[in-house]
Amino acid sequence: MSTLHKFHGGVHPPSHKAESTQMGIVRLPLPSRLVIPFRQHAGDASKPQVRVGDRVLKGQLIGSPDGFISSAVHAPTSGTILAIDVQPVAHPSALPDLCATLIPDGKEEWVTREAVDFRTLTPEELRGKLRMAGVVGLGGAAFPSDIKLRTGGHQVRTLVLNGAECEPYITCDDMLLREHATEIVQGAEILRHILASDGVLIGIEDNKPEAIDAMRRAVAELGYGFDVVAIPTIYPGGGVKQLIRVLTGLEVPSGKLPGEIGVQCFNVATAHSVYRAIEHGEPLLSRTVTITGNVRHPGNYEALIGTPINELVAFAESLPDTNAYIMGGPMMGLRLPAVDVPLVKASNCIIAASDKLFPPAPPALPCIRCTRCVEVCPVELQPQDLYWFSKAREFGKAQTFSLFDCIECGACSYVCPSHIPLVQYYRFAKSEIRVRTQEKQNADKARERHEFREYRIEREKQEKAEKLAAKERAAVAAKEQAAKTAAINAAQAAEHGVTESPKETSDTPVPAQPDAVLPKE
Amino acid sequence: MLTALLVMAGVAIVLGAILGFSAIKFRVEGNPLVDKIDAILPQTQCGQCGYPGCKPYATAIAGREAEINKCPPGGEEGIQKLAELLGVDPIPFGGDTQLKPKSVAFIDENTCIGCTLCIQACPVDAIVGAAKQMHTIVAAECTGCELCIAPCPVDCITMLPLEEKITNWTWKYPVYSLARAH
Repeated sequence: MSTLHKFHGGVHPPSHKAESTQMGIVRLPLPSRLVIPFRQHAGDASKPQVRVGDRVLKGQLIGSPDGFISSAVHAPTSGTILAIDVQPVAHPSALPDLCATLIPDGKEEWVTREAVDFRTLTPEELRGKLRMAGVVGLGGAAFPSDIKLRTGGHQVRTLVLNGAECEPYITCDDMLLREHATEIVQGAEILRHILASDGVLIGIEDNKPEAIDAMRRAVAELGYGFDVVAIPTIYPGGGVKQLIRVLTGLEVPSGKLPGEIGVQCFNVATAHSVYRAIEHGEPLLSRTVTITGNVRHPGNYEALIGTPINELVAFAESLPDTNAYIMGGPMMGLRLPAVDVPLVKASNCIIAASDKLFPPAPPALPCIRCTRCVEVCPVELQPQDLYWFSKAREFGKAQTFSLFDCIECGACSYVCPSHIPLVQYYRFAKSEIRVRTQEKQNADKARERHEFREYRIEREKQEKAEKLAAKERAAVAAKEQAAKTAAINAAQAAEHGVTESPKETSDTPVPAQPDAVLPKE
Repeated sequence: MLTALLVMAGVAIVLGAILGFSAIKFRVEGNPLVDKIDAILPQTQCGQCGYPGCKPYATAIAGREAEINKCPPGGEEGIQKLAELLGVDPIPFGGDTQLKPKSVAFIDENTCIGCTLCIQACPVDAIVGAAKQMHTIVAAECTGCELCIAPCPVDCITMLPLEEKITNWTWKYPVYSLARAH
């Protein structure tokens, strides 16, 4: 048993987890239609591989990875592609994105699945398989797992499995750990094999004793030397850097990735889908999602990717006074702009919200610099300073105060006695800084192109002038030559009284070649 | 007395030599202020400032020949940054300056006759095509300067404002009500 460490700050919001753990994971019936976005992961959208009207099989590739950070998207069931167009998706912008609409035929006909023994494959081959199986982080960020499995020359000594599930309401990882512990442990072994790590630490918050027991039993049964660690329940203990700190005592430096200090972290549900992808050849087609809050049957459901949220909540019977739906947890989740958006790989929880559950925030008051936010910030930032800078659009200062280390956990807003939406300010500032950086890059590129164009025009002008000069020189020389020859001929004719053909002379001037001008470096 | 004079003269010669040497060795090409101003300008090369590009405008600002409010693509923020750099007060745009949304040029390929006039006008070589062949804009390189519109004899170029998509969407400035103090 390793010693546990602590991170700074953290909060204890009411957990509300008991409501959704009363029953096991329920598999949802086939929905009437599935809307599968081509961008379900961090990075570039996948490229459509099917056409409208195509019949697809369950597990068939419909979007192939396009770009370095990208992942594949598959048909979650067999059926016909009804449309490929822009549809509303779960995004804070409420903007639509490219999706494939699939009408299931109810036959659940699979493509040929190829199970492999992971021990016979190289890490490179396994990464390729995970990429094509569309395996992404299921904790909420949906980052393609194959990218995280590239060690980039670093030795990843420790693999951390994240089963902390620190946000209130969400219990999908808890239930998955209880019901599929063996598969998760086997998935962890595949990940450990790819990374060639020495040890595996499985961190689970101590408010999930059943999950901890199940995992300990599974590890003992399979005989792996993994460490299942009960960690104290505190929000945001499931943040990657926070969990690594608690389990190993190592701090991931600002601006660096965990892999660079020899630790890599995966969500338990990701480990489960890694297992299904490698040992059963099943791409990521469904996920466990918690549906809770203002519903009659809160619980965990296994739903196909692309299931419309309104069909999900109808199944769990949302109560009439529900006025909004939150995707994710109440701390970091996203208030859905519409309820007809599809479930995506990142959707771990849907909370039906009502005024009773989440009373509207009281109007904000000015910041009184009480620094309660500083006390709870898990990254040891100065949230009140970041707030001032972001509010005043002093982005440079915000950056020097490590704005980009902020994990947007919302602990600061949670404790703020003035009810200031702090995280909104940080998000605003971060995206403004990103836009400015991009604009600067574009401007630099435009400057370079403009300068090269001017240089090119100048060069062409020079070349033209030189060519002209050379031509003129050649003409003058030819004229002189002709005059000379004529004079000689005339002299010879005068001497001998006969005509001779003019002799070839060796000093005919060659037209001058303009020196090749090399582009400026 | 003489020693003192010699020492002082010697020191002066040595220091002078060092200064002279460093003046040649560390010589700064061009005016560094021009580059700093040029770095702030948006590089659209549109000429709306009345100068034939961003660099000439930067040179004019550095020489105190031009005001800092002549660059509409740079926006209010550009003026703010220039004022900060030069230590002067920011001045607003003139009354007739119109701030337009960011756009890229688009060639209607059915109308284009392949005259190459727009290619010659583009300051950043963002148009591809050849004589009597269709031309097209490389949208990623287009700065939205509108210099290609005037030379087109068939008016086949239009400016399309950049659409907001998921990929370029940004979080907005938070708007909420403050509680009234009692």
